Amino acid sequence: MFPEALKYSVAKSVNHAIKWLLNTHGSAFDRFSSCILGLLLRVQGVLVVIPWWAYLVFVALMAWIATKKVLPTIILAALPLIIGVFGLWSLAIETLALVITSVAIALIIGIPLGVVMGELPLFAGFIQPVLDAMQTMPSFVYLIPAMMLFGLGKVPAVIATLIYSLPPVMRLTCLGLRQVPAPAQEAARAYGATRWQLLKEVRIPLAMPSILAGVNQTTMMALAMVVIASMIGARGLGQEVLMAINRIDVGRGFEAGISIVIMGIVIDRITQGLARKWDPNNK
Amino acid sequence: MDNIIEVKDLWEVYSDKEVFFDVDDRDLIAALDESNETVVAVRGVSFTVKPGEVFIVMGLSGSGKSTLIRCLLRLVEISWGEVWINGQDVTAMNLKELTEFRRNQVAMVFQHYGLLPHKTVLENAAFGLKLRGVPKKERHERAYESLKVVGLQDWVDYYPASLSGGMLQRVGIARALVADTPILLMDEPFSGLDPLIRREMQDELLRIQQEYQKTIFFVTHDLDEAMRLGDRMAVMRNGEIVQIGRPAEVFARPADDYVARFVQDKRDEIRRADEQMAAMAASQAERAGVGDVS
Repeated sequence: MFPEALKYSVAKSVNHAIKWLLNTHGSAFDRFSSCILGLLLRVQGVLVVIPWWAYLVFVALMAWIATKKVLPTIILAALPLIIGVFGLWSLAIETLALVITSVAIALIIGIPLGVVMGELPLFAGFIQPVLDAMQTMPSFVYLIPAMMLFGLGKVPAVIATLIYSLPPVMRLTCLGLRQVPAPAQEAARAYGATRWQLLKEVRIPLAMPSILAGVNQTTMMALAMVVIASMIGARGLGQEVLMAINRIDVGRGFEAGISIVIMGIVIDRITQGLARKWDPNNK
Repeated sequence: MDNIIEVKDLWEVYSDKEVFFDVDDRDLIAALDESNETVVAVRGVSFTVKPGEVFIVMGLSGSGKSTLIRCLLRLVEISWGEVWINGQDVTAMNLKELTEFRRNQVAMVFQHYGLLPHKTVLENAAFGLKLRGVPKKERHERAYESLKVVGLQDWVDYYPASLSGGMLQRVGIARALVADTPILLMDEPFSGLDPLIRREMQDELLRIQQEYQKTIFFVTHDLDEAMRLGDRMAVMRNGEIVQIGRPAEVFARPADDYVARFVQDKRDEIRRADEQMAAMAASQAERAGVGDVS
């Protein structure tokens, strides 16, 4: 047994800290919350207006640009049809709005931080354990406080999704920068590149395949998290899954599950294909 | 000004940790040699190069010649000694001066080309000018002119991935020419190329040198190349220069066993060729003699 004398609990202090945050900075969290919600609703407002067939055309177009093959293009464009056939189209659009908003915020924060990590090994060493924690911490542990701070609904879902999906893009951006071949960098330095020029002209372009793999991973993680986040009131396809679980309606759960898989496949193939097109080694 | 490059008692120590190097501390140097974590790559090298000269540094791999060329533009930090180029003390420059110096005084050609895969041949050739902030139109015009010099004017819009080794190195040379610097630094530029292409490139370099009158600092492990290209050459072993002089001098009077061994292969080759020539001449004479009799 672990000695009794060494026992010490931080649970109470954490509870107090959250309460203190709520009591003293509640209005700040509310403002932040409405800011994110406004952004989310604007994205959703646009997505809802777009007719269903336009999505299919868009997917077909992107798939064609990414793969340049007829059959994959047709399959990828046809897959979202199944979501509509199941009657889950509007829920899927809500999920898409959540994913797009979360991923946009994650990339705006994650890519610059990843670049800083790649440039400053000391900073990377400091941030690495934080990223580990973000990825391994069971999501419900932060879903609940997120809900307490930002209220029920979509905003804590965005926050939780951010926490879960930020690490891949940061890690892969950093990794990409570290793997830039030495000869190209040495040549740039020999011709008088400043540190900023080296980053802009050589390091970031050559790290692009890795950065885009990070974007792809972040998107997939966001999609996975958005489903879990439905448990704190974010609607969308996850809500359908949750209801199916509650009513032990296996068939209904299957339909929603397949719809999520389809979204995942379509998003993954398109982003991967676009990443390949950007790869300088493929030119 | 007499010498365009002047190197005085240059030492280079590679180490993970900061080493306070002192040339007079023999014990320290011995300790650095002992340690597995440090390498003394260049030890007390001094030489001078005159404007317009082709100066060759020759040695086996690991003899410190690649490190030496990197010291000239401080791609590695110099441990001890002085490097003067075009009247400027490279060792004493701050970061800003060093950047300016690299942009305007020296242009380097690398063994592994060092081209950027995401830029076209034209953009790669114009890279030095881009770093200096030359407007796009002008830098592309100048890059095109240099690509014409190396015969790549039809390849400007290709990416490096679709070019052969010889062509890639032509881009590397074009990039160096566009920079329009008085000094060219070349680190085994033709080592990766097959013999025919290598010869072609050597001829081309000589032509370019004649046309532009650059000072060329050229590193190689190939004696043939040294003798074809060099006005003067330095032979390096284990971080030190063991002989310096005109290639013919080095060839005729090797300073020590090491240089002699370098030269020996070449001598054998020449002797074999002579013998073959003599044999051929003899057999021809014989045939001619037979013809006379009949």
